[in-house]
Amino acid sequence: MSAGIATLRRTGAACAVAAMLALAVPAGAVQPDEVLPDPALEERARDISAGLRCLVCRNESIDESNAQLARDLRLLVRERLVAGDTDAEVVEFVVDRYGEYVLLRPTMTGSNIALWLAPAVLMVLGAGLSLVYIRRRAAAPAPSEAALSAEEQARLSDLLKE
Amino acid sequence: MITELGHFALILAFMVAIFQMIVPLVGAHRGNAAWMAVAEPAATTQFLLTAFSFAALTWAFVTSDFSLNLVTANSHTDKPLIYKITGVWGNHEGSLLLWVLILTLFGACAAWFGGNLPPTLKARVLAVQSSVAAAFFAFILFTSNPFTRLAVPPFNGQDLNPLLQDPGLAFHPPFLYLGYVGLSMAFSFAVAALIEGRVDAAWGRWVRPWTLAAWVFLTIGIGLGSWWAYYELGWGGFWFWDPVENASFMPWLIGAALLHSAIVVEKREALKSWTILLAILAFGFSLIGTFIVRSGVLTSVHAFANDPERGVFILLILCVFMGGALLLFALRAGAMEAKGVFSTVSRESGLVLNNLLLAVSTFVVFIGTIWPLVTEMFWDRTVSVGPPFFNMAFTPFVFALAVALPIGAMLPWKRARIGRAVAQLVPAMVLALALGLFTWTVFTGHSILAPIGVALSVWLVAGAAVDLWSRTGRGAIGGRVARLWRLPRADWGKTIAHAGVGITMFGVVALTGYQVEDIRVAQAGEPYRVGAYEIELVSVEQNVQGPNYISTMGHIAVREAGSGREVALLHPERRVYPVAGMPTTEAGIDNGFTRDVYVTLGDPQSNGGWAVRTWIKPFANWIWGGTIIMALGGFLSLSDRRYRVAAGAGKAAPVPQGVPAE
Repeated sequence: MSAGIATLRRTGAACAVAAMLALAVPAGAVQPDEVLPDPALEERARDISAGLRCLVCRNESIDESNAQLARDLRLLVRERLVAGDTDAEVVEFVVDRYGEYVLLRPTMTGSNIALWLAPAVLMVLGAGLSLVYIRRRAAAPAPSEAALSAEEQARLSDLLKE
Repeated sequence: MITELGHFALILAFMVAIFQMIVPLVGAHRGNAAWMAVAEPAATTQFLLTAFSFAALTWAFVTSDFSLNLVTANSHTDKPLIYKITGVWGNHEGSLLLWVLILTLFGACAAWFGGNLPPTLKARVLAVQSSVAAAFFAFILFTSNPFTRLAVPPFNGQDLNPLLQDPGLAFHPPFLYLGYVGLSMAFSFAVAALIEGRVDAAWGRWVRPWTLAAWVFLTIGIGLGSWWAYYELGWGGFWFWDPVENASFMPWLIGAALLHSAIVVEKREALKSWTILLAILAFGFSLIGTFIVRSGVLTSVHAFANDPERGVFILLILCVFMGGALLLFALRAGAMEAKGVFSTVSRESGLVLNNLLLAVSTFVVFIGTIWPLVTEMFWDRTVSVGPPFFNMAFTPFVFALAVALPIGAMLPWKRARIGRAVAQLVPAMVLALALGLFTWTVFTGHSILAPIGVALSVWLVAGAAVDLWSRTGRGAIGGRVARLWRLPRADWGKTIAHAGVGITMFGVVALTGYQVEDIRVAQAGEPYRVGAYEIELVSVEQNVQGPNYISTMGHIAVREAGSGREVALLHPERRVYPVAGMPTTEAGIDNGFTRDVYVTLGDPQSNGGWAVRTWIKPFANWIWGGTIIMALGGFLSLSDRRYRVAAGAGKAAPVPQGVPAE
């Protein structure tokens, strides 16, 4: 990993997508030997994996990652599913071991409630302000053109002529 | 020697920038024409000096001058020439130099083409622009100097990161920077207007082309980056909601909002202070993006501090410019009296809704991006905010925007009747619903969001077409078609850009909703079926020698499942770059209008087979096709006659009354 970090620092900011450096190691993510024979179970495994963070990568789910740790976690998820766990139980099992940092979708508990409420609150606030603004513009008296000096008026009409 | 000259030119440019940020400003304050006039030659000089400095660094890369620390760390004699050149900005120091080069280029452009700007405004714009440049010159010279030498030059370099040796990635930073830095012009105009204490329709007209150009470049840059991620990262993802991606997405969203609110200032003299605020924030998000990318504080919360000194410096720049501009805004915004009166239902209100949705969605992305930092700082809680959150929080805004856009675009200024616009849009609505229903019934067992997305994207494209058609007025079809071609380019630009949004949306929805994936151990010569295709691993060639890498190359035949007709022979690769010590994957992709067949080669298996992953990705190319169309719409609008005339001179002869622009 340290080599990866060194390269990262080198290319550094060069470009936005260089962030995904850690992604690009050969062999793609889920290996054929990991796939469960039961397609329904496998689909659940993929869904769960897409929501769990690969702990040694940058912003990647274990479903996308090629890291050994991600593979171990994918196998663990499948093991639990085969053992009959529900999706929630599997996720809880992983979180118990690695902490809530593994959840790519933050829980709706504690301080995170603020995060989840933010879009709605911002939208309501913004909509309220916009409405007040629009109402005010609708009620405002028509402006008098005298607000512009003669020179300004000439320049403006010149520009707006087109 | 050339290197030293380049270094010296950079220091000189810094001095000129300091001069240009003070003298014209004082001149404008005192009404001293000579002091104001120095801004123009200073801006040109600043640009030429920076260009020389950049050329000197490029020369060092092209000639592989390994006595330069930067060249050693990022280049190699075996590297193809094109990547020696792109390697100049494939690193922190060089890319910053490109950043200021573009910054000074924009400043110089304002000096060259700003002939019709009032002299005080022009002097102030150039001074503010130069203050941004001065900050970044200082940043380069004091923390990230690209011209540092090595005492003992090595025989060869350590090679550029192999991932950057790719056309898609090599050329996307310049576009992104043109976008980020282009927004600095809007910022400079906003701050200059605040100092001036006046914003009028003319101001809106001057700001809009700069913002539009910046937004177009940002669109191309983001599109290129996403396209690169798609074909290079080995599984066809195109957007990851990574902090670094969000860093470019936030200015894009705010830039789009600014673009639209500037129209209201230009046409109706309303939304003035809001537009000023957006112009400040747009550049603020560019700086935040730079901070996120360069400091490494967000992308690597726990493991390593990338370079605290640089991070702190950018944070300082961010605080000074945002703090100063916002303070000025708080003091002066009250003076920006709105003039235009409009009723609740009008084009103005439609654009307010556009701004509301774009601005709020930007802040949602922002909060999601910095949330891990916030929780760690205040609650000592390490959380992740990944794609599931962004998809859930952002999608409603996109859907709302898509629903409202065609209606809002049809509303007339001042006073409108929503019923009238909707009545014209009935055909578009019927088409959208029909295609949405069709998708829903034919492709069952998928998320309900997919057919809704299909309907909305059809609604966007058809709505844009209806909008353009409605501009041709009434009468016989023949006459309307003839008038269609005479419509102002701004009208065409608007339609094309809006349709581009729909096309990108369609690509995203189709790809995420309906892609088919197959993972298996493939044996050579044993075909298998994926979707409507038959895939056969023909052979795997090992130790294929490239210019500076060694490759394992698979040959995979793709045939139509029924007829057996060969569609493509794909060559997915796994490369190892020995100098950089890094492996990469090259996917084999058969690009198509309605689908991509995407195969990657994995590890060899113990039983002699190879791990092969195959995806059928429906309408994948529409994602980037749509971004190109959006950019094209922007360029068309930019080339509209009124900008060309406005850019010419204030004295231009009055044009005979033609079609009103709006």
